[in-house]
Amino acid sequence: MNLFVKSIFIENMIFAYFLGMCSYLAVSKTVKTAVGLGFAVIFVLSITVPINFLLDTYLLRPGALQWLDPSYAEIDLSFLSFIMFIAVIASMVQLVEMIVERYAPALYGALGIFLPLIAVNCAILGGSLFMQQKDFSGVSESAVYGFGSGIGWLLAILAIAAIREKIIYSNVPAPLRGLGITFIITGLMALGFMSFMGIKL
Amino acid sequence: MADKEANPSKKPTLLFLNKESEPLFSKKNRVLLTDPLDDNNPITVQVLGVCSALAITVQLKPALVMTLSVIAVMGASNVIISLLRNLIPNRIRIIVQLVVVASMVILVDQILRAYAYDVSKQLSIFIGLIITNCIVMGRLEAFALGNGVWRSFLDGIGNAAGYGFILIVVAFFRELLGSGKLFGYQVIPDAFYEMGYENNGLMLLSPMALITVGVFIWIQRARNRKLIEKN
Repeated sequence: MNLFVKSIFIENMIFAYFLGMCSYLAVSKTVKTAVGLGFAVIFVLSITVPINFLLDTYLLRPGALQWLDPSYAEIDLSFLSFIMFIAVIASMVQLVEMIVERYAPALYGALGIFLPLIAVNCAILGGSLFMQQKDFSGVSESAVYGFGSGIGWLLAILAIAAIREKIIYSNVPAPLRGLGITFIITGLMALGFMSFMGIKL
Repeated sequence: MADKEANPSKKPTLLFLNKESEPLFSKKNRVLLTDPLDDNNPITVQVLGVCSALAITVQLKPALVMTLSVIAVMGASNVIISLLRNLIPNRIRIIVQLVVVASMVILVDQILRAYAYDVSKQLSIFIGLIITNCIVMGRLEAFALGNGVWRSFLDGIGNAAGYGFILIVVAFFRELLGSGKLFGYQVIPDAFYEMGYENNGLMLLSPMALITVGVFIWIQRARNRKLIEKN
């Protein structure tokens, strides 16, 4: 539970680490599409982080191959982690896309175009790489972390999309319009989110 | 892909040996290199690769290392994809691109760990995130898949340099105002501190990175009016 709250607010993917900024800036023009992408991110994060956790513990870590044969204890495959993680993410995204299309066409209609985008969303790979650094004790913990980070991401993109919808009506200086003001608003929101940092859980 | 192929290449040329038809640094090729620095900057205009740009700009040194890594990765992967562009089936091209980029990034990561361990510690996961840095994928997709090797190489280097330019400018201001140092050396004289000057600790925190980039975009667009968005 602590981990859940922490990954949503204190270690928010966007405001604390700037992960997934590209799609965050590109898809936040309207609330509706932002929500679609947000849910797709939650979905994929909570699947890929536990899978990569298993891969990391049983294949990649120094000595992780011990369960196959004790003589493998010396082997350290951690330098392969980037390529493994990205392969898992790319194939999971493809798989999820096919399953959703087959069994939940309505959901596919809503998420469809966003799913391929997600393979190259830094938040997803970032989630896995942070997981690797954090030494979680079990699969469930990593699943909670993935889910929480996804929700944090959804919150952030929802907030900025709502603000951007309203800001059309205000008189922003011409050179600042569009991208510039979005950056500054995100900065101010990040300031707000920093107030969570003092909370000890 | 096949129709794109038809116009630029006159005949199959080995690497960039089509010199007689076009000098190596012709005007068109120079534009590829300089355009991304300003008019078509990957961060402020194309909005690619923002994630890592913000997180590692607290100090100049990691920003510089990151710039060099991105230049290396982009140059190499653009060349490789451009060489392979007629062999890659269209449907699996994203995965092929990811694998090529990931192998390049692993190389860079291992080199950094061997020769610059403290910096690589500081960059932590952000070297890994070059893989999903949208600049790399975006340029592969938009340029290397449809252009010759030499032009793709220039495009990769140019875009990476445009990215690095923003990184270094932002890092310069954040380190100078945030801790009074450049490259870890103190540049603001002690006399200033005695007169009551204080480092602005806020500049070191993440929100100010966003705001610095926002202001940078503002300045750039005020100077270069054709970039202004309609709304």
